[in-house]
Amino acid sequence: MDFILEALNYLLGVPIIGLGTDVGFVWKALLFLVALLIFIAYFLLADRKIWAAVQQRRGPNVVGAFGLLQSFADLMKFMLKEPLIPAGADKTVFLLAPFVTVTLALAAWVVVPLDEGWALADLNVGILYIFAISSLGVYGIIMGGWASNSKYPFLGALRSAAQMVSYEVSIGFVIVTVLLLVGSLNLSDIVRAQYEMGLANWLGVPQLTFLNWFWLPLFPMFVIFFISALAETNRPPFDLPEAESELVAGFMVEYGSSPYMMFMLGEYVAIVLMCALTTILFLGGWLPPIDMAPFTWVPGSVWFILKVFGVFFMFSMVKTFVPRYRYDQLMRLGWKVFLPISILMIFIVAFVLQFTGWGWNGGVA
Amino acid sequence: MTLPLFFFYLFSATCIGAAVMVISSRNPVHSVLFLILAFVNAAGIFLLAGAEFLAMILIVVYVGAVAVLFLFVVMMLDVDFAELRKGFLQHLPIGMLIGLIFLIELVLVAVGFVVSPQVAAESVLPINDTISNTRALGQVLYTRYVYLFQAAGLVLLVAMIGAIVLTLRHRKNIKRQDIGRQVGRKRSEAVKTVKVESGKGL
Repeated sequence: MDFILEALNYLLGVPIIGLGTDVGFVWKALLFLVALLIFIAYFLLADRKIWAAVQQRRGPNVVGAFGLLQSFADLMKFMLKEPLIPAGADKTVFLLAPFVTVTLALAAWVVVPLDEGWALADLNVGILYIFAISSLGVYGIIMGGWASNSKYPFLGALRSAAQMVSYEVSIGFVIVTVLLLVGSLNLSDIVRAQYEMGLANWLGVPQLTFLNWFWLPLFPMFVIFFISALAETNRPPFDLPEAESELVAGFMVEYGSSPYMMFMLGEYVAIVLMCALTTILFLGGWLPPIDMAPFTWVPGSVWFILKVFGVFFMFSMVKTFVPRYRYDQLMRLGWKVFLPISILMIFIVAFVLQFTGWGWNGGVA
Repeated sequence: MTLPLFFFYLFSATCIGAAVMVISSRNPVHSVLFLILAFVNAAGIFLLAGAEFLAMILIVVYVGAVAVLFLFVVMMLDVDFAELRKGFLQHLPIGMLIGLIFLIELVLVAVGFVVSPQVAAESVLPINDTISNTRALGQVLYTRYVYLFQAAGLVLLVAMIGAIVLTLRHRKNIKRQDIGRQVGRKRSEAVKTVKVESGKGL
């Protein structure tokens, strides 16, 4: 029964009162979860405020100063409402779907490095793990749509699944180009590579780290990744699964109160995850834009959050500016435009790396 | 008993349980969902064996893509299960016979199955513990087995082309959209400005 003690120490250790040698994983994960959820609450508010500002409205401004507590008020509202389950629904699957969505969205965060060594689990195959988890995200939607036993949710779920599967392909290829440059599947290594090699180092001005980041050499991939991330997370202009004018609210039609809130939460967690992934892959993760005095005073995690917020701001602006795509246009964009471009880019990057000997090779060669 | 062993039993028990539910649950959609659970647990066993790359690929390919298509097909099919069960008793003896043959074969294989102790020493490519298994797989796959790898790619390509040929049909009398033409249209081709006199119309 030694292993039970060992496991308990690993999971619930509190060194201060003499339990185990390291802070337990559960406590770290819990802290991360709470911080993440509070951030998500404010990301949600920011999304609504930005949207309102572009439309020259005030947005939520009643609950708390400047509406700062609006998300928490919404949370209470959803939780206190009565959950309704349609009579013809498959009860288990119907209630399982929002849990699947929210659990998977949160599970992916475990490998995201907020700073040097600040990942809950620094997996060797971190990027593959995120890719695998986000490819599972589609199940929440299909299960919700099917279990509702209703026409609009079902159609919405089918659309959404087709859309997510299509755009995953181009996201995969974009990730491959980055991996070719880095030579490692570890997310922290991807950020380190953007510090140790790149244009700024090559020009002899290593202080200007923002020139090192992969957005510059892989600019087309950066754009494709950004747009694919919008489509993958069902954000406008690709929010066809919940196109109100056609499908009422897509796969969420039959959901209300807490289950609906969980879908919504899962969606926003996935969106912010995609912002974080863009930051790690293309914008240098926790690295300061210029490696000099006033910028290096700011901790890496703050830079990371600032960058994530910057990307999220672009997500919101796209939502306000761009009209919704038609379904066939969406499919055409994914399969006929992004896929060929990203495959071509893999060839180009591979050839360049082969003939010039550039690349980071996982930091070993 | 150690922690990995505990997780091994957990994953395998869930995997087997899910596999049993795949064939025993009445609703085909539930079957597919249990199949997915089985896949995920198999990936967990891969992880315990230290093959994290294979585990992730198993999830990406089987759970993320193949099982989604299964689920699509099963959800769309309108199968009448009462109809299917009609001949159940009639076909039971022959089904049991085939099942019995399979069972005997499996038992015979399982009883005589031994892993030779020299197997690690006699492998063509010794396992290199110093590099991550993604790199190790890549180094073997793209050097020693590159032709076989390419041949597998060709087989998949042929299968893909076959699937496209089977499903592609060009129907006549259908209006297709040509995005290039839509975008390339000029204002002069699309809009005509007319001066309408009041009370007369066009």
